[in-house]
Amino acid sequence: MEIVKREKAGDGEFRSRQLRAQQMLRGDLDDDALEQHVRESILTTTLDKAVDWARGNSMFPATFGLACCAIEMMSIVAARVDVARFGFEAFRATPRQADLLILSGRISIKMAPVVRRIYDQMLEPRWSIAMGACSSSMGVFNNYAIVPADKFMPVDVHVPGCPPRPEALMHGVLKLRSMIQEDPSMGWRDRYNAHGTEEILGA
Amino acid sequence: MPDATGLELLARELRESEPDSVRDTEYFRGKAALHVEPPAIRATLRFLREKGFAFLASVHGLDYYPQEPRLGVQYELLSMEDLDRITVKLRVPTDAARVESVTPDWPTADHQEREVYDMFGVVFDGHPDLRRILMPEDYEGFPQRRDFPIGGEPVLFTKDEPSGRDYTA
Repeated sequence: MEIVKREKAGDGEFRSRQLRAQQMLRGDLDDDALEQHVRESILTTTLDKAVDWARGNSMFPATFGLACCAIEMMSIVAARVDVARFGFEAFRATPRQADLLILSGRISIKMAPVVRRIYDQMLEPRWSIAMGACSSSMGVFNNYAIVPADKFMPVDVHVPGCPPRPEALMHGVLKLRSMIQEDPSMGWRDRYNAHGTEEILGA
Repeated sequence: MPDATGLELLARELRESEPDSVRDTEYFRGKAALHVEPPAIRATLRFLREKGFAFLASVHGLDYYPQEPRLGVQYELLSMEDLDRITVKLRVPTDAARVESVTPDWPTADHQEREVYDMFGVVFDGHPDLRRILMPEDYEGFPQRRDFPIGGEPVLFTKDEPSGRDYTA
């Protein structure tokens, strides 16, 4: 497949196109001009991309705190880091309305079925963040009582720390956001040495 | 007021009213303790309640591994009037870990005896609702016993890397 790159329009060209489009709207559009108008004034994208963009910018986390990390989780909605800037502010009190489960703290083997059940009650598509050392790798509680989250449910992002600072959780949230929106900044092309395999639509 | 002398006086009085109850007395760092035989625990606590120790502050279990009898149960009593404390200790072996429950006399012992049962496997006869309290209902074993495996995930520390231990197998 040939990769086609379109030149970015300069300022002057953009202005003249604008004027032309204005003219075309005066009611004398014939077939060719109409076609031209449609091409120049409609932004095309795939439905998936548009949906992912919307999903990534309107995540509702579940109101679900497990342990000390929950205190840090609460503070990301406060004024200092203010996750509301990215559409995450609405902590829903029911998993039925939530998209994101933040595992904020240690999960005991008695709590694990409960957490799993809450995750199962969430509607697709759903994501989860394992926040802190305990829910990722049992942390200092490497014993009979605690279980890491990966053992019983899928986890999309692990945020390390004990507890992570609110900024760290914020970073994890933004990583998840860019993952949802399929932003290449997640770095998997670098990790898998996969440059040059991009598919250009419409080429 | 059990200082060392008061403790002996208490023990003597208890021996008179309940023969075969007191096994030993212990006075260590200002803290008095009575070692009693397991069957006499309810009578002992009732006796101490009449002496003013009307508050059962805590019931907890211990594992004295490798000593025998291994398991221990301790009852911490507080006298609100004299501002004094006394500990009652008993020991039971693991193969016959049965103690009479004191929950009928001290309702506060309900959850604490359940915890001792959960963690150490001491069965309290006469307890109204002896179930696990912290661990899941279907959990097997008693995790606070000293011979219980610690569990968890094996961790490869940097210091162990040269030894070539394989934690993925």
